[in-house]
Amino acid sequence: MITSSLIPCGQFKTSYAADNTIFPTPVSRAFAIGGVALLIAGPLFLNNYHLNLLIQIGYLGVAALGLNILVGFTGQISLGHAGFFGFGAFMSAYLNNNYGVPVALSIPLAAVFTIIPGLIFGIPAGRLKGLYLAIATFASQFILEDFFARADWFSGGSSGAMANPINLFGYELSGDRGYFYFVLFCTVIAYVLGANLMRSRDGRAFVAVRDHYLSAEVMGVNLAKYRILSFGLSSFFAGLGGALYGHYLGFVSAEGFTILLSIQFLGMIIIGGLGSVMGTLMGTAFMVLLPETMEAAVSVVKAMAETDVAWLTNGLAYIKQASIGLAIILFLIFEPDGLVHRWKLIKSYWKFYPFSY
Amino acid sequence: MTASTAGAATPLLEVRDVSLGFGGVRALTEVSFHVKKSELFSIIGPNGAGKTSMLNCISGRYTPTAGKVYLEGRDVTPLTPNQRAVLGIGRTFQNLALFGHMSVLDNVMVGRHHLLKNNFLTGSVYWAGGAQQEELAHRRKVEDIIDFLEINHIRKATAGTLSYGLRKRVELARAIAVEPKIILLDEPMAGMNLEEKEDMARYIVDLNEEWGMTVVMIEHDMGVVMDISHRVVVLEFGRKIADGLPDEIMSNERVKTAYLGVDDEEEKAPMRASA
Repeated sequence: MITSSLIPCGQFKTSYAADNTIFPTPVSRAFAIGGVALLIAGPLFLNNYHLNLLIQIGYLGVAALGLNILVGFTGQISLGHAGFFGFGAFMSAYLNNNYGVPVALSIPLAAVFTIIPGLIFGIPAGRLKGLYLAIATFASQFILEDFFARADWFSGGSSGAMANPINLFGYELSGDRGYFYFVLFCTVIAYVLGANLMRSRDGRAFVAVRDHYLSAEVMGVNLAKYRILSFGLSSFFAGLGGALYGHYLGFVSAEGFTILLSIQFLGMIIIGGLGSVMGTLMGTAFMVLLPETMEAAVSVVKAMAETDVAWLTNGLAYIKQASIGLAIILFLIFEPDGLVHRWKLIKSYWKFYPFSY
Repeated sequence: MTASTAGAATPLLEVRDVSLGFGGVRALTEVSFHVKKSELFSIIGPNGAGKTSMLNCISGRYTPTAGKVYLEGRDVTPLTPNQRAVLGIGRTFQNLALFGHMSVLDNVMVGRHHLLKNNFLTGSVYWAGGAQQEELAHRRKVEDIIDFLEINHIRKATAGTLSYGLRKRVELARAIAVEPKIILLDEPMAGMNLEEKEDMARYIVDLNEEWGMTVVMIEHDMGVVMDISHRVVVLEFGRKIADGLPDEIMSNERVKTAYLGVDDEEEKAPMRASA
């Protein structure tokens, strides 16, 4: 099968260390490093609109990585991811506003603190599976949302909380340009941590729990521990993403963390590929760029149309949302393994081109 | 041979008066036997005799309604399967139970779970916290097992895509990777062709003789069981009906009856009832 091994011939690994790298070939690693280098150079030739999109992909991608660890790798379900995302955002603002923790420190600290609600709401996961767990996490979404709206001391209640811009070495990263680098740094770190986790003991245990929990247990994996741990790690990344989001907008409001966002996170990992670290980033990029593409398409139609297309421009908000829903459905039908699988197929196609046998 | 624990040393595994009931069904009734160190021990019996239930009681999947299971004299009855794995009970399943989306290598590495020390923190910083050295050291051990079972060529293949015979072998590899004191094999040769069976029998004998591992095996192929087992216990309808050397079992009237049925007039009555 061409899809079973994508390692090109001539790739001989002479040590276990070389066989255990994150990227299977030097070329793929070079591409990843090159990609990051390109992004570092990005602000030189990208305008603020593009940077804004990249920052969105960054912080949403970090949070989606958390959800993928939970849903894609451990095989659990969470409908409350936006709650943890919001908790991270409020936590970072809270630490900064009330305890004067510098923002560069409050963001990772907020991520660590978000583990706590993650573990608490993860406790049912020790016992519940499937739909029952979905309902339990659904509850966590509303409990957290309600908490944000009511806990004035923590979140500012209905008026929300101010989130200060980040201050690094006396230099304020207020503009998109400065913040872009910070988000890029955090995203790369998060993804490296995620990729490392998945090639070490606990990452394998997560997948084992997903694939066959009975035999995982016989191999010495403590099921309840790993199910709850997965929630904890997932909320860590959610909190990190949320904190980055909060300080980017400069203002955190409880309205931003609804069930819709939770569903969108699920959409990202389904489109990107469940159980794939890189797929998460692809899915996030897809979900962020799809509405923008729709907007661009609508404006093109408007420019070209000879008749009045007000119905189209007025419906833009709906078109954006519907396109996301449609994309999720189409992916579930035609590419349930997500963009990452499609990407592999494309790679293997070109590997053998033009002799496809 | 008597059921009492003969000899000075405590047996590696002792099952004492184990009963197991599911509601009204009695799967096991006061079954007792013991397995000595480096023995190749078989559990046989007709379908539904309670062999797999017995194995599940040993590995911790089921908790016996009554009776105890001892590993090296220690009562393991209240322990969960993962705690028992740490203590040294490994097993394979009758129905394939591999981690289907993982590579063969990762499947076997999961077997090392309780021997590895790295956790989500040290694992995430792979290079810094010693996780890399540890992973690679264990990879070396895993490669020995992969060599032994001759599954080198598929080590990178996704487990779910393999053929039945190979999956059984990978499952055995994964159970060996746990480095158990006792390994429980639930029908390791079911559904295999003659050649695969011969291979598997050789692996099991090698495992027992070269690796010195104590093996408890459930198997329906009497030829294999009688050839390679040191001792055999026979279950029927959840009760132990015989226990002894293969030759003794072969000549045991009770066992013959259990497998072949008895004379005509006695046999026909239950046949009609079940039809």
